[in-house]
Amino acid sequence: MGPLVPDIISSELSLIIALLIGIAFGFLLEQAGFSSAKKLVGLFYGYDFTVLRVFFTAGITTMVGIIIFDHFHLIDLNIIYINPLYIWPAIVGGLIMGLGFVVGGYCPGTSICAAAIGKKDAMFFIIGAAIGVFIFIEGYPIFEGLFNSGFYGSPQLSDTFGLPNAVFAFLFILIAISAFAFAMKIELKVGGKVMSNTSQKYLITLAVVAFVIGAAEIFVPTHEEHIEKINSITDFSNYSFDEITSDELAVRLMYNDKSMRFIDVRSEAEFKEFALPNALLANYNNFIDRRWEDIFRVKGQVTVIYAEDEATEKRAVLAAEDVGFKNILILKGGLKTFRENILNFEMPAGPIEKSMHDTYRFRQTASLKLPKIIEDAKPKVVKKKKTKRVLGGC
Amino acid sequence: MQNNNYMNPFLAGILLGLLLLLTIFITGRGLGASGAVKSAVVQIEKTVAPAHVENSTFFQEYFTTHGDNPLKSFLVFEVIGALIGAFVSGSISNRLKFDLEKGSKINTKTRIAAAIAGGALFGFGAQLGRGCTSGAALTGMGVFSTGGILTMFAIFGGAYAFAYFFRKLWLN
Repeated sequence: MGPLVPDIISSELSLIIALLIGIAFGFLLEQAGFSSAKKLVGLFYGYDFTVLRVFFTAGITTMVGIIIFDHFHLIDLNIIYINPLYIWPAIVGGLIMGLGFVVGGYCPGTSICAAAIGKKDAMFFIIGAAIGVFIFIEGYPIFEGLFNSGFYGSPQLSDTFGLPNAVFAFLFILIAISAFAFAMKIELKVGGKVMSNTSQKYLITLAVVAFVIGAAEIFVPTHEEHIEKINSITDFSNYSFDEITSDELAVRLMYNDKSMRFIDVRSEAEFKEFALPNALLANYNNFIDRRWEDIFRVKGQVTVIYAEDEATEKRAVLAAEDVGFKNILILKGGLKTFRENILNFEMPAGPIEKSMHDTYRFRQTASLKLPKIIEDAKPKVVKKKKTKRVLGGC
Repeated sequence: MQNNNYMNPFLAGILLGLLLLLTIFITGRGLGASGAVKSAVVQIEKTVAPAHVENSTFFQEYFTTHGDNPLKSFLVFEVIGALIGAFVSGSISNRLKFDLEKGSKINTKTRIAAAIAGGALFGFGAQLGRGCTSGAALTGMGVFSTGGILTMFAIFGGAYAFAYFFRKLWLN
């Protein structure tokens, strides 16, 4: 699912989307009152808390949305842009921005909104911002060292502190609730009235959602933990699997049945030596990867997972089912049986049971024809396309 | 003192948060603003001093990560949209007016100088900190980015720390 760019929406279309998003962004900032420098800096002098309210409410709303999307696998957090962590430039740059805020009265986004409604001071602020950027670009060799210092990748709070993001969403909601209460207190003290009432219901709902998801993620085992368990199973009698027999597979291969998708869960070396037509090599521990989504979920397709032995096939099916994939068959007896029964079939010596007569004749034909069919449709090892993170930031 | 027809800040916050969420869901990235200023500066330098641009490490890195045409970028279009959206909002709420907003204790020249200086500081800081209030602080908070949230605390912490020294610009 998400994000839709770049896989689902082209980059050309994304510029139009950018324009539409921008219109909504500018409209909301202006409606909120962010087109007034006095209103913005009011936060830092204690006479107007609009920025606190808008900013915090927006932040925690997005946070809760993200944890819901993430929890139900509606968005892939490995692809979305996470601002990288460069400790020193983040702190120094942030402090300089804070200074610029109280001196200039705006931040870049709000200055654009203010300029759009005719604020001349905002227009000068934008000119100033361009000068600031110019100084940075031209002085880049001087600032480069600081700019690249203290790099720790692109961690989320969950990576940095080892707790689910939902826990931090919950904490931020608590901070927001206290900050809003504090702002109301000051407003009462200074002006005798509260400027705008908090929607307690909304905040409490957010807090409950964050709490529940946080608790679920701490106490309910993750996919990785399931995989670990699946890999230790030796007795599969409690599970049921749909199977395809060697003979049925042989028939389908001979009639070139295209509705079957083969997933090979053996090693790369084994795969290179022999693989079923157009099979895909897979490590079933990684079925959670986004690319498998498109492979398993094709309408009207039957997926067959095969390995040398049935136990490996069964583990792979359980792993796939844990991700939510369905309609998966295993090859009965594994490739081992397929080889014995079909590819290397030899007519048994001695008298043949009458009921097996046709079967044996079929197997003999198959053993002559199939090796070529399989060899002709031999799949190549597809190098995994690394899904790239979206480029973002300012 | 001010028009009282602004949107309720909590409602504005909820809508802004949902917009950010939608943006992340569709594009995989959040909102931003300062990046568009950078694109404009890069384009101007490229047009005015092409030879200089070719010899600079900054531009080499910029063009490899951002492509050759700085104006054909997500943030530039988003900011053009923001200008339109804010203009529409201002006209609906009767706030369109050529005006200079300043504290009562300072004159126009001081306000203009402070606006330019503040803008320059913000523009510079946003480059160093890899994003401004929109791109680093708000979006960073929304996606739980440790880096973005650190920048957010630095921005607001810095503003509070320096506010006292510039109180004459704003307070009566």
